[in-house]
Amino acid sequence: MPDDLLLPRPQGLYCPAGDFFIDPMEPVRRAVVTHAHADHARSGSGHYDVAAAGLGLMRERLGQDASITAHGYGEAFRHGPVTVSLHPAGHVLGSAQVRMELDGRVVVVSGDYKRDPDPTCEPFEPVRCDVFVTESTFGLPVYRWPPMDAVIDELSAWWGDCARRGVPAVLFCYALGKAQRILAELAVRTERTVHLHGAMLRLVEQYREAGVRMVPTEPVSESARGRDFAGELIMAPPSAAGSPWMKRFAKASTGFASGWMQIRGSRRRRGYDRGFVVSDHADWPGLLQSVQQSGARRIYITHGDGETLIRHLRDLGHDAQPLRLLRERDSESGG
Amino acid sequence: MRRFAKLYAELDRTASTLAKREAMAAYLREAPPADAAWAVHVLAGGKLRRLATATELRQALAEATGYADWLIEDSYQHVGDLAETIALMLPPGDGSLGEVPLHVWLEQHLPALAKLDSAERIATLQSWWLALKPEQVFLLNKLITGALRVGVSQRLVVQALAAWSGQPTDLIAHRLSGTWKPTSRALAALAAPVGEDEHLADRPYPFFLASPLEGEVTALGDPRDWLAEWKWDGIRAQLMWREGRAGLWSRGEERLDGRFPEIEQAAASLPMDGVLDGELLAWDVQTARPLPFTALQKRIGKLKPGPKLLAGTPVRFMAYDLIECAGEDLRERPLHERRARLTELLEPTDTALMLSPALVADAWDALTAERTHARERQTEGLMLKRLDSPYRVGRKRGDWWKWKVDPHTLDAVLLYAQPGHGRRAGLFTDYSFGVWDGDELVTVAKAYSGLDDAEIARLDRWIRAHTIERFGPVRAVEPLHVFELAFEAVQLSGRHKSGVAVRFPRIARWRTDKQPADADHLDDLRRLATG
Repeated sequence: MPDDLLLPRPQGLYCPAGDFFIDPMEPVRRAVVTHAHADHARSGSGHYDVAAAGLGLMRERLGQDASITAHGYGEAFRHGPVTVSLHPAGHVLGSAQVRMELDGRVVVVSGDYKRDPDPTCEPFEPVRCDVFVTESTFGLPVYRWPPMDAVIDELSAWWGDCARRGVPAVLFCYALGKAQRILAELAVRTERTVHLHGAMLRLVEQYREAGVRMVPTEPVSESARGRDFAGELIMAPPSAAGSPWMKRFAKASTGFASGWMQIRGSRRRRGYDRGFVVSDHADWPGLLQSVQQSGARRIYITHGDGETLIRHLRDLGHDAQPLRLLRERDSESGG
Repeated sequence: MRRFAKLYAELDRTASTLAKREAMAAYLREAPPADAAWAVHVLAGGKLRRLATATELRQALAEATGYADWLIEDSYQHVGDLAETIALMLPPGDGSLGEVPLHVWLEQHLPALAKLDSAERIATLQSWWLALKPEQVFLLNKLITGALRVGVSQRLVVQALAAWSGQPTDLIAHRLSGTWKPTSRALAALAAPVGEDEHLADRPYPFFLASPLEGEVTALGDPRDWLAEWKWDGIRAQLMWREGRAGLWSRGEERLDGRFPEIEQAAASLPMDGVLDGELLAWDVQTARPLPFTALQKRIGKLKPGPKLLAGTPVRFMAYDLIECAGEDLRERPLHERRARLTELLEPTDTALMLSPALVADAWDALTAERTHARERQTEGLMLKRLDSPYRVGRKRGDWWKWKVDPHTLDAVLLYAQPGHGRRAGLFTDYSFGVWDGDELVTVAKAYSGLDDAEIARLDRWIRAHTIERFGPVRAVEPLHVFELAFEAVQLSGRHKSGVAVRFPRIARWRTDKQPADADHLDDLRRLATG
């Protein structure tokens, strides 16, 4: 570990030279936050540095009164002797990689990222560095994402099939990022309204304010009691599955959008009628590509069960090491 | 292949039997008959030859992708299914072989694969993979490894065939029984109206299956309306004697001919043609009771048993029903009439054919008492059959009940865990349990089922956090958790390190209230052991 630039601490990744944390799990004095998922953006810290594109979402998470400095992508700022800049990670709106430079040495912490195109956020920007800290949520070669077009084809066909059968189509997916990405992809093909669970409303609004084009949406809660949702597409967070909220969607066909849906066993185990392979994380080729493009002489792997990726990178001649965060994040963004 | 892959995906992603039936019926309407015949064969659980070994598949994958063996193994452990792992790891193919019809694969390409030497086979596999889409690669691999399962029962296939053809399900089931050859002609014959001269004679009848009795036996009403018998622990089979030829079919509808010559000889002594339903049992002549099931296993595997095996492990056919007599289908007749004719048929013979004795009782109390002796008699409990019931097709509740004795239980400590397959892939769901032998825990049972999804998830997390050693996919865990296992029997066994073999172990309860020290001892199991 380049100990003056980065050190695992119980609260999260710490930069001793600049005295700040990246995505701390507890309140600290100064935090650099990579993106607005709840397991990365936690309220209560003294000051936050975030990417400007994600400011609105960050305010949702961190509170209107939080002390936040928003930075444009690529704009350098300083914490003590350390030069810091944020670079697009392609994960969700406003997601960032953190670049830190001290005495000519560069460390990049990827945060969560993906390499697949996403109309709702800036694409991942490869940043050259000496040390690259990468996530590895899907660090196995069986994870290779299908083209999003093909997935949206499947999803549209399912929606159409539900319409023919006169049943609602309820799609579960994470409320921040994935929901908006699907709404934006749908907008290429249709102008039909999609109905949203309450947990998604403000987040979708933030994306609209950021200028992301999506299909029209309507809160389920504003529909008249007893309204028939036959043939409609409804989106909800996974926590709504099996809750009383579902009662209004009699005989609904249910779908789940997640990278984990790539594996037949997980599809069957989750008990949804349909699984759609949509992930906001890098797949195996994406992880390898990013490691290559970083040009780093040392790679640290965080997140998930990174053993396989580490061993493979070592086989390829990289100096790859696990970076054990002392506490695992619960995985709101997982998948 | 493309069309069948689509059907497979539709069947795979729904749990609704209605949706599955509709998908199959739609496929039958659209697919060319030669393909549909194979689809019926495969979906109804028909046997496929294994044409390549897992080692060959792994080697072909390693060469095709350049991935290291360990990386393939890691991926396989994560996915839990080799056919799927291959489909996911290969670069996506162009699909150019996707239009090759299913029957051409199964009748030409795959049989040809078996004739190649290993290196040619591997090269052929690779060329196929690169010309198929991932879902087709998956399916092809399943066909090659003879292990295609999609949660469709034979009954559901029969229902789909009935919906498609307009013929009654019972007729379809009968026509499909035995060795049904998947040809377009055979498919057309399934759908045809009953012919005058239709010859079902070389086929077994679809078996009538009993359901487990739940609740109180007294709920069945007057015991005098019921026939009680021992529930034999052997192989369910139909024995046919027709026009001077004997036939023996297992419940899995496999021909057992040649394996049990004493039974076929005894059939020849029947006074007239007939089809008997009963149980094959290895028999202890001294005590006139069945031998443990393990004894019968010695005979099942042996196609032409020698005189030593025949003398050492004699087999009996314990008959309990007469389905056909002198060419007449008796299935619609009430059980008491079938039973009377069976008794008549068997009484004069004193051979390997025996009559399953009826246990007569006027009160449920008497039968409940009788049932407590089931284990001493090497049986699993009692069967209760309604005396006026017909011989039905498949598992229909209400007329035949199996009333098993309560299982034995033991408290054992979780020692090892391994990821499951299929629906449980990626989760630790295959467990090994141990009991105390002195101050050491020795493995005595493996169990896969009995926990609910929430418990599986909880245990999975615990296993990951408390692994003390890894042996490939297997993890040794801290011996901390006690589980109550239910099982049917214990046998002494030289093949097991513990010296005992536990039959049908499954998890009854997670005993969070117990400590490892409270687990049972090997001596307790030895005392229970038979044979």
